[in-house]
Amino acid sequence: MGLALKNVDKIVGGETHLKGIDLEFETGSRNVLLGRTLAGKTTLLRIMAGLDRPSRGQVLVDGENVTGVSVRKRGVAMVYQQFINYPSLSVYANIASPLRRSGLNKREIDLRVRETAEFLHLDDLLNRLPAELSGGQQQRTAIARALVKDAQLLLLDEPLVNLDYKLREELREELRDIFRKRSAIVVYTTTEPSEALMLGGNIVVLDQGRVLQTGTTATVYQHPETLRAAEVFSDPPINALPSKITSGRAVMGGDIPIPLTGHLNGLEDGSYQFAFRSNHLWLSSQGNGDIAIHGKVDLAEINGSETFVYVKRGESAFVVQQEGVHPVSMGSTITVFIHPKHLFVYDNEGRLVAAPPVNA
Amino acid sequence: MARIEFVEIAHSYYRNPQAPSDYALKEINTVWEDGGAYALLGPSGCGKTTLLNVISGLLKPSRGKVLYDGRDVTALPPEKRNIAQVFQFPVLYDTMSVYDNLAFPLKNRGFNKEDTVRRVQEVAEILDLTKDLRKKAAGLSADAKQKISLGRGLVRSDVAAVLFDEPLTVIDPHLKWHLRRKLKEIHEQLKLTLIYVTHDQVEALTFAEKVIVMYEGEIVQIGTPEELFENPQHKFVGYFIGSPGMNFLPCTIEGPTAWVGGVRIDLAPETAALGAKATGALELGIRPMHLEVHGAAVAGGVPATVTSLEDQGSFKILTAAFDGHTIRARLPEDRPVPDKKAWLTFPPSRTKLFADERLVG
Repeated sequence: MGLALKNVDKIVGGETHLKGIDLEFETGSRNVLLGRTLAGKTTLLRIMAGLDRPSRGQVLVDGENVTGVSVRKRGVAMVYQQFINYPSLSVYANIASPLRRSGLNKREIDLRVRETAEFLHLDDLLNRLPAELSGGQQQRTAIARALVKDAQLLLLDEPLVNLDYKLREELREELRDIFRKRSAIVVYTTTEPSEALMLGGNIVVLDQGRVLQTGTTATVYQHPETLRAAEVFSDPPINALPSKITSGRAVMGGDIPIPLTGHLNGLEDGSYQFAFRSNHLWLSSQGNGDIAIHGKVDLAEINGSETFVYVKRGESAFVVQQEGVHPVSMGSTITVFIHPKHLFVYDNEGRLVAAPPVNA
Repeated sequence: MARIEFVEIAHSYYRNPQAPSDYALKEINTVWEDGGAYALLGPSGCGKTTLLNVISGLLKPSRGKVLYDGRDVTALPPEKRNIAQVFQFPVLYDTMSVYDNLAFPLKNRGFNKEDTVRRVQEVAEILDLTKDLRKKAAGLSADAKQKISLGRGLVRSDVAAVLFDEPLTVIDPHLKWHLRRKLKEIHEQLKLTLIYVTHDQVEALTFAEKVIVMYEGEIVQIGTPEELFENPQHKFVGYFIGSPGMNFLPCTIEGPTAWVGGVRIDLAPETAALGAKATGALELGIRPMHLEVHGAAVAGGVPATVTSLEDQGSFKILTAAFDGHTIRARLPEDRPVPDKKAWLTFPPSRTKLFADERLVG
């Protein structure tokens, strides 16, 4: 039981925003919709909420068709990217607002509001107006309002995207813990693979209005069935180099010989894309049969814990992610290392042929 | 280009400031070298925009002097300071072509035709705007418009400095790295003095040679990205740079060791010696990626209970508790992780000591 979408399309002004969406969400499940900007995440969420009607297909709640039913009659709570609160109401009144027509008495409402506020560390701010809060506190208020009424369906549309990263770090951890305690179906959209992994549960990878892959978050991360799904579910996007196997010998990116051992053993002759995540490239040899790749540094970026080196190699380019802060100058030549055990193999249509064994 | 100097600058938005907390900028003495690339990094409310406005002249500080190449400009408005500014949102003329938008600041200053054409083409080339030069700005995407704004800021080579106030806010996340790269290239090619305000550590650490970290109206550290990471001078820097931030544990010092409650942690001898002389509340600090986690008892290992494990794909974050303290470790994805009990070791060279929030050693 739970929420189901059956063959849902959404067409706006002749443009297809969603195509053939078939999904089921079980009661109590945590679900992430992962996709780039314009993948259709918000459109899909709005259809689940009943804010928009699909152009085709059905929305079922516990098996019952609710496609045309207004959002007001459904047990839905939604949190948006922008911090949406009632500007003239205190934090307390904002959180209490969804309970006004709930039939609960004042005491019960008070109890629920205070409980939820405490959960989200808003208990000292209940008398303030939204304008007197920081961005993080405003979004906490919006989240509290969504949580207070115990909706069966809790939808969050990139709720942390407009917060700075330290707040994101704190809040996403809190959210994960809150979701674990809810019996509602939680659907959470994000563009960030790390956020998806952190929330765990199930994942739907969306791209250009279509579902690329579904499954448990960890499985999909380890086995992206298409190169596109691997790109969407890697940050920086997974690197891919055109590769060929001739008479049982593999050459990646034109001139890098790759031994066909382990999971690569037995691959047939043909052309492929060998793909690898940035964190599996190293700036120094790790020994044990890793392979050197030479290139030129296009840019080195630092995020505080890691350095990302953008490397150009002839026509192709890839990104190295290395823990720690490493000064690397633009334009310099560089040698990086990869172990074949970390290679994903995709065919020319971008379908997965071989994936690295888990915990290799 | 100019060398910009702050002499005892302080600013309060109150008329009669009393307590230190009334100051948006506490006393600041600093120098911005000619041709340097600087980032001002800090959370909202830390004073970074106030500081930028003092540099540009939008704001006259309550106290102190601003010098451009030794000349006192404290009382001069922005238009008399010869600076260029780029803001969060595109500032340009929609009805003009991209070329005319870029040429505008030059024409205004009476540059001749030849120099104007050369300079506009140079900047357009760097920003990949060459093919759009004849187009009207109105029809372009938000990214392209912001690139034009950047170009307008960079087109004059005779400015004292170019100031950027969160210039990548409107840019799509997947295009940001491209513009960060452009800005870095621009600095290497044009050698302008660039001062860049942001709350985004990637932008700051990638763009700048020197990062100025601000916290509660103070500059808490000026350093290269590596220095901020390896030797945070203030607890705030340890917390703010890096994900997750540095771990801090209250401690006392006895000879070469630190005691966290009843738990003994060995320090580097020079760190311990500095700690013995320090005054104020002592805390030990270690970055999550430097903390070592073992699945069985090891010499000097601190026994701890694993409270959670978070898989982030390329790494894992383990949270553990001991003696009432919570601590985090960041582990490579392929490392086996203990699930109930863990023994933690603190490599002495990576274990820092702070007194009253400032680094001792």
